[in-house]
Amino acid sequence: MTREETLHPLERYLREWMMPHIWCEGCGNGIILNCFVRALHELEMDLDKIVVISGIGCIGRLSGYANTDAYHTTHGRAVAFATGVKLANPELKVIVISGDGDLFAIGGNHFIHAARRNVDIQVICANNFNYGMTGGQSGPTTPLEAWTTTTPYGNVERPFNLVHLAAASGAVYVARWTTLHARRLTSSIKKALQKEGFSFIEAISQCPEVYGRRNRMATGMDTMNWFKEISDIQHFCDPAKAEITPEKIIVGEFVDIEKPSYGRLLRKIRNQVQEKMKERK
Amino acid sequence: MAEKGKAVLTGVHFMDGDTACAEGALAAGCRFFAGYPITPATEIAERIARRMPEISGMYVQMEDELSSMAAVIGASYAGVKSMTATSGPGFSLMQENIGLAAMTETPCVVVNIMRGGPSTGQPTMAGQQDVMQAKWGSHGDYEIIALAPASVQEMFDLTIEAFNLAETYRTPTFILADGILGHMSERVEIPNADMIKIIDRKKPQDSPEEYLPFKPDKNLVPPMASFGEGYRFYATGLTHDEKGHPRTDSAEAQQKLVQRLCDKIRKNADKIVKVKETTLKDAEVAVIAYGITYRSALSAVRKARAEGIQTDLLRLITLWPFPEKHVSQLAKKVKAIVVPEMNYGQIVREVERAAKETPVVFLPKLGGEPHRPTEILEGIVRASS
Repeated sequence: MTREETLHPLERYLREWMMPHIWCEGCGNGIILNCFVRALHELEMDLDKIVVISGIGCIGRLSGYANTDAYHTTHGRAVAFATGVKLANPELKVIVISGDGDLFAIGGNHFIHAARRNVDIQVICANNFNYGMTGGQSGPTTPLEAWTTTTPYGNVERPFNLVHLAAASGAVYVARWTTLHARRLTSSIKKALQKEGFSFIEAISQCPEVYGRRNRMATGMDTMNWFKEISDIQHFCDPAKAEITPEKIIVGEFVDIEKPSYGRLLRKIRNQVQEKMKERK
Repeated sequence: MAEKGKAVLTGVHFMDGDTACAEGALAAGCRFFAGYPITPATEIAERIARRMPEISGMYVQMEDELSSMAAVIGASYAGVKSMTATSGPGFSLMQENIGLAAMTETPCVVVNIMRGGPSTGQPTMAGQQDVMQAKWGSHGDYEIIALAPASVQEMFDLTIEAFNLAETYRTPTFILADGILGHMSERVEIPNADMIKIIDRKKPQDSPEEYLPFKPDKNLVPPMASFGEGYRFYATGLTHDEKGHPRTDSAEAQQKLVQRLCDKIRKNADKIVKVKETTLKDAEVAVIAYGITYRSALSAVRKARAEGIQTDLLRLITLWPFPEKHVSQLAKKVKAIVVPEMNYGQIVREVERAAKETPVVFLPKLGGEPHRPTEILEGIVRASS
């Protein structure tokens, strides 16, 4: 058999020379990458017109693994960088894939403002409840009472409810899935890729190596079993009521609305200005 | 009034320095601006916000200067000449992504209309206190280019030059002006568009399969593909090899990359550096000045010559890379050098280093006003005695 014949159908979506990846055994990032490239494949998207942008953290390395134009920014700045790319060349499909700490702690301000402006970018957040790359510190999504290396006596900070934050900030599409819901996550990514405007997908993910084993979920499978037990699919429920608790994770689509994107509005104004100038001549 | 809606407003204008800077950027081909309001640089953003829609460019007001700088890098990688403008406090916030721009070799222009610091300092007053920050502001070893205009005309001319240098060397390039230059109005002559020299970044000649995004040409600068052109390349702020592959634990890759990032500026310094010298045959004293201070220095030097003190004047147009050769040659000729600066001692340190044994008289000025020519004249008299 030739190499072409034995090629996995998704292989062309991956940058082979970047392998092996850096992720730990049992990590959920591989599932998210898989769902992402599967969505590209099923939509038959032109890989030459896609830019994948990430910040810093474990999932931040994903931009290196996607076989598209890609950029690995400074910590927290992926959304701001993406804003520049999309406005400069609206023909590009601009996707940010980054972690909860990157997008919502150090990068929180950029996230809410890009959503408010309705910049036409798709943001996928791998939420693993902690800072994995630096060894398991607490972050803006760490559940109350969870143990991390910097909350050795239990976390007392209330976590963000990311889907509520995204919806309140103005996102046109908001969905949440866990890595257990791989097919549904893929469908949501496909939907987001076809929407105009700022869309947000929270992909709750297992981090057995530095979060799970400190919180009675020593393997990736343990966390996925937890996802299975407590996930509750409820489409279009009030995102304000979708706080993640140890007993329940509401998953599904939360927002799916139509609004003209920031770039479209800017181009509309540009056309008006240029029309007026022509009239004056 | 020149014809509205053109990128190059050919004609004679009376405008302030911030506006001239904005017009220089548009004339240079800048079609993306991201910024955040800050005194005394806001007028650049205001002018560009009004002008960009006329010429199909993009203006975006970001949520802060961190994101402004990030967006500028993104736009540049998307193939559009891009710029931001700020003052000290915003310049501090931009340092993070200025480092990223240096590391990923991003052509872009950052204008700093300097005011008094530290911190919030004197927003409406002028200063030259960010000169060292421009060189050393982000962590790690890297080199940048910085130009210091001294007139409103030069706010236009040197902004074009800054874009050309940024594109040639794939490096962040700074305009270091000050609140006086930004806000004062003077005559500005904008030439015909075809008389303006524009340099664009070098594009790769290789096929996408062969393209190595960080493999330099002979001049140490790699040709640059843009997103969406089919090259499907990867750029990272991590230490990387010529392919763009992260090499975070390779001493060799770190040495090779960082050395080249510095050397592409250092080894091309003779091509980059610009100064203006007014020299006499047997000068005993020299004044070295830049920016708005140069104008006071020019007046002081004329007075000194009238009083019979043979005085040279070296104006630094390029601040970084530092015009070391020019300063050391001058130092060999005169018995003392006078350095007036609107800070408490920045470029004077570079002058002292290059001047070696030649004594340097430093004239600091804090408070937001430029030196009076008589203050510099007193320095010249002191240096000559």
